[in-house]
Amino acid sequence: MALDNIARSFLLTEIVQGMALTFKYMFKPRVTINYPYEKGPISPRFRGEHALRRYPNGEERCIACKLCEAICPALAITIEAEPRDDGSRRTTRYDIDMTKCIYCGLCAEACPVDAIVEGPNFEFATETREELFYNKDRLLANGDRWEAQIAANLAKDAPYR
Amino acid sequence: MPKLKIDNVEIEVAPGTSILQAAEMLGHEVPRFCFHDKLSVPANCRMCLVEVKPGPPKPQASCALSCADNMEVFTDSPMVKKARKGVMEMLLINHPLDCPICDQGGECDLQDQAVGFGFDRSRYYESKRAVKDKNLGPLIKTVMTRCIQCTRCVRFADEVAGTAELGMMNRGEESEIGTFIEKTITTELSGNLIDVCPVGALTSKPYAFQARPWELKKTETIDVHDAVGANIRVDARGNEVMRILPRLNEDVNEEWIDDRTRFAYDGLKRQRLDRPYIRDDKTGRLRPASWDEAFAAVTAKINKSKNVAAFAGPLADAESMVALKDLIGTNLECRTDGTQYDVSSRAGYLFNSTIAGIEEADAILLVGTNPRFEAAMVNARIHKTWRNRRTKIGVVGEQHNLTYPTTYIGSGPSSLEDLVKGKGAFADVLANAKKPIIIIGMGAFKRADGAAVQSLCRELAEKFNAGFNVLHTAASRVAALDIGFVSDKLNVEHMDVVYLLGVDDRETLDRIDPKAFVIYQGHHGDAGAMRADVILPGSAYTEKNGLYVNIEGRVQAAKQAVWAPGEAREDWKIIRALSGYLGRALPYDDLAQLRTRIVKQWSHFGQVDTIVPAEWKKFGGAGKVEAQPFTSPIDNFYITNVITRASLTMAKCAETAAENAARHLEAAE
Repeated sequence: MALDNIARSFLLTEIVQGMALTFKYMFKPRVTINYPYEKGPISPRFRGEHALRRYPNGEERCIACKLCEAICPALAITIEAEPRDDGSRRTTRYDIDMTKCIYCGLCAEACPVDAIVEGPNFEFATETREELFYNKDRLLANGDRWEAQIAANLAKDAPYR
Repeated sequence: MPKLKIDNVEIEVAPGTSILQAAEMLGHEVPRFCFHDKLSVPANCRMCLVEVKPGPPKPQASCALSCADNMEVFTDSPMVKKARKGVMEMLLINHPLDCPICDQGGECDLQDQAVGFGFDRSRYYESKRAVKDKNLGPLIKTVMTRCIQCTRCVRFADEVAGTAELGMMNRGEESEIGTFIEKTITTELSGNLIDVCPVGALTSKPYAFQARPWELKKTETIDVHDAVGANIRVDARGNEVMRILPRLNEDVNEEWIDDRTRFAYDGLKRQRLDRPYIRDDKTGRLRPASWDEAFAAVTAKINKSKNVAAFAGPLADAESMVALKDLIGTNLECRTDGTQYDVSSRAGYLFNSTIAGIEEADAILLVGTNPRFEAAMVNARIHKTWRNRRTKIGVVGEQHNLTYPTTYIGSGPSSLEDLVKGKGAFADVLANAKKPIIIIGMGAFKRADGAAVQSLCRELAEKFNAGFNVLHTAASRVAALDIGFVSDKLNVEHMDVVYLLGVDDRETLDRIDPKAFVIYQGHHGDAGAMRADVILPGSAYTEKNGLYVNIEGRVQAAKQAVWAPGEAREDWKIIRALSGYLGRALPYDDLAQLRTRIVKQWSHFGQVDTIVPAEWKKFGGAGKVEAQPFTSPIDNFYITNVITRASLTMAKCAETAAENAARHLEAAE
């Protein structure tokens, strides 16, 4: 046994083994990415930051049915509604407390008009808590910004829904 | 007594019971849209189909089929399920798929039944039917495409409201509910159309898109807009009353409420007194103050003065009136509307026949009252009685459209004198009737000789052995009279300090000495607050636990649904706190102790929801009865108290009613 140990120490077999592994990986593709300049792939079903969508003609989709508010297990959504001037049912307030939200995606699933969705954005960290209390304007702005990707994701997922 | 089997369970029912009702007794639910307990049976929705043996081999409508001996009924067999699925598919052919934007969503009969009997896709590829919406006024929103033609609304308008304003027009695919000619609904019970509609065709306009049923906190309480004490459910979200619905109470309001009860709640959010105010000596204007300052100001005045009077307004609860009585002692008055009548006997101011008792009457005499405006639920009961028994109804006083035919006898007390002498055709009707009743409105008492009119009515009741019924208009009145919140001769003009517990009646305010110090305790900034030198903000009926006694003498408990705004407090607590400042603290610290104190002296307050009948004694005042005609105390149904005066919805209703009246006059010319 003693001889074995002495031989291993003097012949540096462990170092050689380690270096061999390192050498092997030099020819394999990289697994790390240079975040934030590079990003990993995400599923079309990824549940990230919420957004309120619009129809192509600019009309907001949300009809204030309050199903998302009802199903939200974290009670993160608050909605108030009243008839708009043209008599249609619209929200006057649509708040999501992103600090309460558990990103379960039930709101998007409950929505009958695909208005509230969880988009692909996961980079919405803020410096203050208050910035995470989203209101309707913020959510609609999110929708406008991410619409292309959200629509593509929904189209990809559509056959399985 | 037919004996039959429903789902293999034997049951014996009264003759005439429908299979649907019998199944209900056994707890077997039969789905229905057109059938309603309180309305006639048209059997046109076909949802309640059941299998009946023996009989033709097809399903039968259980709502229209009476139970018979040896029947075997199946409410859940494959045949029944198939039939109901078929009916549901037919109903859904033309029903829009707009549940997410429909206000009935979450409490919709069609939605519920579609879960049980609906199919998850449609086999219908033709174009759907669309129906033009109707304008039914400021209270009811219509989406007529959603209508499934159950005709509940038509039957309600005909049978309960008594104004046949709605009808089914055209046939087949073209059929639709409408008002025949383009006009709004005029009945004061129109809000109930929203309740009877099983789908979202008729929904509440003020409540449109405001809330969903699942997010509302429901509180079962009592209404105070009239003296009937209708049982209501207040639905609140957060600290805001979102809507008011009726609660079933066969003895009081059945399952209806009038529009004022249902829609005046927006008045609770406007013109509220949310902090104490004191009138500034220099500027003569009211300025906000703290409770401490306000109490100090009141204490200084009351301690200096010998002549302190207290008035209890129409919306006060029994607890606060008892507390105020304990505090002030003498010079009390609750008849703030300028009425005069003898209160020595309880029978002299109660609705002794009870509201449900109206249905047994075979002759009714209305004296100085317009029950349609003063107590719409009583009027609905009279209409029901007339519908069932063709009861003869006589009117002494102003003539109004009461939704049933009446015999006009006269305009004033002389007609009553004639009736007492047995003169006139209606005297014979009363004499031949087995159970006649007399209903006396505040119009008969709102005169200097009110007590004498009261004796005249008592003589009349005794002569014909008729029920003697006083129809109050203020929710607090009977409780106030029960606890003796009255004085025989109160000279308001000579009082230095006047304590107003929610009094806004001009009849009282105008009599107060301009130099007197006025304390107003109430919840709305109205006439009383304008006159006040100190304002103590109290709670409205949805914001406090309180006892109310209705016209029949039925004690009912109102429950707190929301909190009073700002610094406003429950009324009895304010009086209790003031008593501490005055150095004569009242001996109760919580509501339970106060109620114990009330029950100790007036035991019937302990029997909530029951009527303690009043003993028949001689009552009424002596003196000559003047000849002047009786007038109606309420000329605008929608605007009667501080809450309704602050309500936008009620203002719109009053406007529509005035427009309708003007159009009616125009048409008459």
